[in-house]
Amino acid sequence: MGAITLDKVTKAFGTMAVIPGVDLEIADGEFVVFVGPSGCGKSTLLRLIAGLEDVTSGAIRIDGSDATRVAPARRRLAMVFQSYALYPHMSVYNNIAFPLKMAGQDKATIRRKVEGAARILNLTDYLERRPGQLSGGQRQRVAIGRAIVREPAAFLFDEPLSNLDAALRVNMRLEISELHQSLKTTMIYVTHDQVEAMTMADKIVVLNAGRIEQVGSPLELYNRPANVFVAGFIGSPKMNLLEGAAAERHGAATIGIRPEHLEVSTGAGGEWSGVVGVVEHLGSDTFLHVQVEGLGPVTARVGGELDIRHGSRVWLTPPPERLHRFGADGQAIRQAA
Amino acid sequence: MATLHTRTTARFMLSPAVLLLLVWMIVPLGMTLYFSFLRYNLLMPGMEAFAGIENYQFFLTDPAFMDALVNTLLLVGGVLLITVVGGVFLALLIDQPFWGQGIVRLLVISPFFVMPTVSALVWKNMFMHPVNGLFAWVARGFGLAPIDWLASVPLLSIVIIVAWGWLPFATLIILTALQSLDQEQKEAAEMDGAGALSIFAYITLPHLARALTVVVLIETIFLLSVFAEILVTTNGGPGTASTNIPYLIYAQALLQYDIGGASAGGVVAIVLANIVAVFLIRMIGKNLEA
Ligand SMILES: Nc1ncnc2c1ncn2[C@@H]1O[C@H](COP(=O)(O)OP(=O)(O)O)[C@@H](O)[C@H]1O
Ligand SMILES: [Mg+2]
Repeated sequence: MGAITLDKVTKAFGTMAVIPGVDLEIADGEFVVFVGPSGCGKSTLLRLIAGLEDVTSGAIRIDGSDATRVAPARRRLAMVFQSYALYPHMSVYNNIAFPLKMAGQDKATIRRKVEGAARILNLTDYLERRPGQLSGGQRQRVAIGRAIVREPAAFLFDEPLSNLDAALRVNMRLEISELHQSLKTTMIYVTHDQVEAMTMADKIVVLNAGRIEQVGSPLELYNRPANVFVAGFIGSPKMNLLEGAAAERHGAATIGIRPEHLEVSTGAGGEWSGVVGVVEHLGSDTFLHVQVEGLGPVTARVGGELDIRHGSRVWLTPPPERLHRFGADGQAIRQAA
Repeated sequence: MATLHTRTTARFMLSPAVLLLLVWMIVPLGMTLYFSFLRYNLLMPGMEAFAGIENYQFFLTDPAFMDALVNTLLLVGGVLLITVVGGVFLALLIDQPFWGQGIVRLLVISPFFVMPTVSALVWKNMFMHPVNGLFAWVARGFGLAPIDWLASVPLLSIVIIVAWGWLPFATLIILTALQSLDQEQKEAAEMDGAGALSIFAYITLPHLARALTVVVLIETIFLLSVFAEILVTTNGGPGTASTNIPYLIYAQALLQYDIGGASAGGVVAIVLANIVAVFLIRMIGKNLEA
C-alpha cells in the first residue's frame, strides 16, 4: 500500500517560497515522475514527502492517514539519493542490512533479506566489498538494495541516474522500470531529463518554479500540452514555438508544432519556406535546422535517407490537426469538440 | 611519472635540506649517547671517565624511574582520554548552528595559544590554590573543606591543566572532520530508522576515525615530553608523585649535575617513546591508510 496525497503543501526557506502550493494525488502502485528544470523545487518536494524537510503549511497523507508531522523513519518510505549516500566504512552487506538492523530484526532474517535483494540486483559477488571499491552503477544498485529490503510503502528516487554515463543510464532506467513491474510498489522519481520521464512514468508531474504545470500520462503531455512551458519541455528535439504574424493567422498568441509533425518538401509549395542551415544525420532520422523567412529558426525531422544539404531551399507545412495553439497567457486554446 | 632526469634533479635539490636535518639530529643524539657512557658530573669537572653501562644501571634501578614511567603513561593516557572524549563532545556542540557561533569558536580555540607556563601558573594560583583559588571558593560556598589540589592530587591536577591546553586542538581537528561528513548520509540513516545515538555510533564516529587517529598520534608525541607545567606547579612532587620521565631527566642533570646519568635517561626516554610509537601505529595507524 502506498497512496500519497499532497494537500495544499507549501514550503518556504526563510522568506523565499520554493513551493508556493501543490495539490497532488498519487495512487498506490503508480510510477510517478517529477520533472522540471534545475532548481524548480523537485528535490524539495520529494524531501517534503520523505519528511526530511518540514512543510510550511498544508498536509501530506500516506494511505489516508496524516503523515505531516511523522518522523521520516516512520513514514515507511525509502529514498535513493542522488549521491547514493552509502555508508563508506561499511561493506555492501552491512549497507543493505543497516535499515533491518535498525528495525531490530534478527540475524537470520537479515541475512535472508539481504541475500535476496543482492540476487535481484546482481550484487551477490560484491557483498564483502566497500562502496569505494564499486563502480557507479554498482553503487546505485546498493542504494536501491538498501531501499528494497525495507519493503517500503513507496520508493523515492532523487535524480538517481545523473551520475552515470549515458549507456549505463539507459540500462539502469530499464532495471528500475523492471523493478517497478515486479514489486508493484509506488515509486516517485525525480529527474530533470524529460526522456527519463517519458520512458519510465505512468504519470508525469511537470514542475516549474515550484508550481505544477501539468499532470498526465506521457502521451497526454506529448499530445495535449496544457501550456507553452509543458509544450517546450516535453519532447525531443523541442517543439517549435512560433509567435507573431504566423501565430495570429491561426488565431493564437503562440503556435507550436513538433519537428516530427512538420511536412517537408523540396519542390515548390508549402506554408513556410526557408533555407536549410545545419543538417544532423542520425541514421534513422535527419534533423533540419531551417531558417524560415519572417519566422526565424525552425527544426524539422525527416526520414533518414533524404538528400537535403546545407543551403537547400525547403517548404514546410504544419498539418492543422498537429498544430498546438496557445493564448497570450500561455495556456492552450482547445476547440470546443 | 617522473623521468630519471627530473628525479635526479629533485634529489640534488633536496639534499642540502636533508643533510642539514640529518646533522641537526645526529650530532645531539651522538653526544647524548657518548655522554651516557661517561662518568660526567658538573661538580667534578675534568674527572670524566668511561663508565660502561653504569649510568644505565643507575637510572633504571632508581625507584624514582618506575614512578616516573607510570606517571608518564598516566599523564599521556589521562590527557588523551579527556581531550578525545571532550573534543568530540565540544565539536558536536559547536557544529550546531547557533547565534554567535564565530565568537564561540574563537574562544574555544584560544587556550591553545596560551603558553604552557602561563596557563599552568594561572591554574595554580587562580583555580587550584587552596586559599585564593576559584575551586576552593566554590567548595567553601557549598560548605566543604577546600582541596589543596597540587598537594593532594598532584598528577590529576597536572592532567587537568595539560588537557585544558590540548582540548582546543582536538576540538578543532574533530570539528573540521565533522563538517566534512556528507549530510545525505545522515539523512539516509535517519530514513533507515537510526536514532540520534545510532547515527552517532554507526555514521559519525566511523567517519571521525581518521581525525581521532591524528589527534592521538600528535598529542602522544607532545605529551610524552610534558615539562613546563610540572616545573612551574609541583616541581615533580610531593616526592615523585608528579614526576614524569622528562622531569626526572631534568632533575638528574640540573639538580644533581649528573650529565652522564641524565644522558642515559634521555636515551631510555627515546627508546620508550619509540616503543609507544610502534604500539600506536600498530593499533590505530591502519585508520590512516587509503
Ligand atoms: N535548505 C535550503 N535553504 C534555502 N534554499 C534552498 C534549500 N534547499 C533548496 N533551496 C532552494 O530551493 C530551490 C529548489 O531547490 P531544489 O528543490 O533542490 O531544486 P531541484 O531539485 O528541482 O533542482 C532552489 O532555488 C534552491 O536554491
Ligand atoms: Mg535536485
